[in-house]
Amino acid sequence: MTYNIDDKGYYGEFGGAYIPEMLYPNVEELRQNYLKVMAEPSFKKEFDQLLKDYVGRPSPLYFAKRLSDKYKTKIYLKREDLNHTGAHKVNNTIGQILMAQRLGKKRIIAETGAGQHGVATATVCALMGLECIVYMGEIDIARQAPNVARMKMLGATVIPATSGSKTLKDATNEAIRDWINNPVDTHYIIGSVVGPHPYPDMVARFQAVVSEEIQWQLKEKEGKTTPDYVIACVGGGSNAAGSYYHYLEDTNVNLIAVEAAGKGVHSGESAATSALGKEGIIHGSKTLLMQTDDGQITEPYSISAGLDYPGVGPMHAHLYKSGRAEFISVTDNEAMTSGLELCKLEGIIPAIESSHAFAVLNKKTFKEDDIVVINLSGRGDKDLDTYIKHFDL
Amino acid sequence: MNRINKKLKEDKKLLSIYFTAGYPTLNDTVTIIEKLEKSGTDMIEIGLPFSDPLADGPTIQASSTQALKNGMTTNVLFKQLKDIRQRVSIPLIIMGYFNPMLQYGVEAFCKKCQDVGIDGLIIPDLPVDVYNEKYKAVFEKYGLINVFLITPQTSEKRINFIDSISNGFIYMVSSASVTGSNSGFGDEQTKYFKRIAKMNLKNPQIIGFGISDNETFSQATQHAKGAIIGSAFIKNLTKSGLSKIDNFIKSIIN
Ligand SMILES: Cc1ncc(COP(=O)(O)O)c(C=O)c1O
Repeated sequence: MTYNIDDKGYYGEFGGAYIPEMLYPNVEELRQNYLKVMAEPSFKKEFDQLLKDYVGRPSPLYFAKRLSDKYKTKIYLKREDLNHTGAHKVNNTIGQILMAQRLGKKRIIAETGAGQHGVATATVCALMGLECIVYMGEIDIARQAPNVARMKMLGATVIPATSGSKTLKDATNEAIRDWINNPVDTHYIIGSVVGPHPYPDMVARFQAVVSEEIQWQLKEKEGKTTPDYVIACVGGGSNAAGSYYHYLEDTNVNLIAVEAAGKGVHSGESAATSALGKEGIIHGSKTLLMQTDDGQITEPYSISAGLDYPGVGPMHAHLYKSGRAEFISVTDNEAMTSGLELCKLEGIIPAIESSHAFAVLNKKTFKEDDIVVINLSGRGDKDLDTYIKHFDL
Repeated sequence: MNRINKKLKEDKKLLSIYFTAGYPTLNDTVTIIEKLEKSGTDMIEIGLPFSDPLADGPTIQASSTQALKNGMTTNVLFKQLKDIRQRVSIPLIIMGYFNPMLQYGVEAFCKKCQDVGIDGLIIPDLPVDVYNEKYKAVFEKYGLINVFLITPQTSEKRINFIDSISNGFIYMVSSASVTGSNSGFGDEQTKYFKRIAKMNLKNPQIIGFGISDNETFSQATQHAKGAIIGSAFIKNLTKSGLSKIDNFIKSIIN
């Protein structure tokens, strides 16, 4: 069994491009070009250079001593929170803006939930001097105000999505509609490993720099390239895909995907897609999604805007169904407690999305000599209000 | 012969109307169909509402959201349509997104369509290649015509391919847009309409998106076999209710 994409754009039975004909020329143009463009030496050179000098890569692989002492195992943190703009999202937007330029696109659109992807997109658009329009759910605009301000400062236009649940799913719908209305000059920078083929694969490849670095960083620190566990939170699944990428086919490496259980998996207010979802189609991809028996997509809930999505990318649907990755769900409260613990033990304030990954330390027992890598996907500055409210600080 | 093919042979320009099943109220579906036929509509697209209609603008989105709130489901729709063939004889097409059909079971869905007398399906997010590979046989088994879309950006090669696998009509999207977002046709569209007309495709074309009144209907049908009105009809339903359906249709085809 392979855990990578096949030549038809599927991971096992998941993936594909279930899109209206109006999107076909755009998606097809991308499909025909993305691998070619990514393989061009000039593309690679510019991508690597920007990741190094602009984003600040490689991001450190940090041995978390006090956390390791507490949980009696060896815990390393992959510090994506230290990237420019504060999360892993920028790895993908740097790659996609270079792709858009090579395809001759002049106008960039994006969706955003927490605002991290919106900020990362607005940032690269400012860097390259391209017009930027970001769709964001009305509810997310209210709960992620600092990121809205950042996008505006960076010159982006933020358009509220007012349909449906007014969160990430609806922002994605609006971005797709914009793309239908602007089929020639516009590139849609999707923020995760979701959407029609080739997006899941393209975004995974841009994020793959994370596991590529983990390999040589571990070699330096531990004398071997492979950890025993890689743990990452999953919204759409891009930080997880990036941190798993080079370990996908090495089944000695245990992959743990952490989903947001909200107020409890069966509370009716949850975003734990693998536990609650069924196979279906969302945003152009065949994957697992939360839906009614009748096939209507349901409204997810999580305290973390970046995990508040009713689907997962097709790679993750395949990792779940094949059993390659273990899926664990973590409630709002568990995530918040683990987030605060990381502050106290390591002096790092994590994004609430990332806090979900740390809660696994209370749910699983690791051996003393296990090497456990946790992908610290983002920093918590954007979430201070939520932390303050939650803990009455 | 399928009712769609029979209708396409008639020597006239065809008016097709799209409406969202279960809107404005849950049980309006059959009444709307009957009124449409009586007032001279040639073909009907019954919209199966979906929570996330990607190809639709605000009007159809809002009617879909309301229809779902009203309690519309795939089962409810088939129940409403149970005796529809004792009431109307014009072609009936179900237009909807793929996920609800997938959850119902594609074969069960097709069978049910045949049972109640549905003639065809329009599924914007079911790609041509997936249809060809996985579902064509099932659609044909139950006598259903699958209608494909083309747009101004569709390449000539792809149009010819779509023509070759179609056996009813081709749904020609008038401009690069979601539903309901245009008013009036400019030179660019006329050029596109003429370009497609010149291709002499084996399937007739029916133009949709952006048709709202007598003028746009006439413009479109100068270059095609017929035209489809959706958002404008729904706006009229919202504003004036079911009693004004007749006036609306007459104002288009006068
Ligand atoms: C810091 C952070 N982590 C994780 C996510 C979830 O996205 P993904 O699953 O694509 O990594 C987000 C999304 O906004 C985020 O901002």
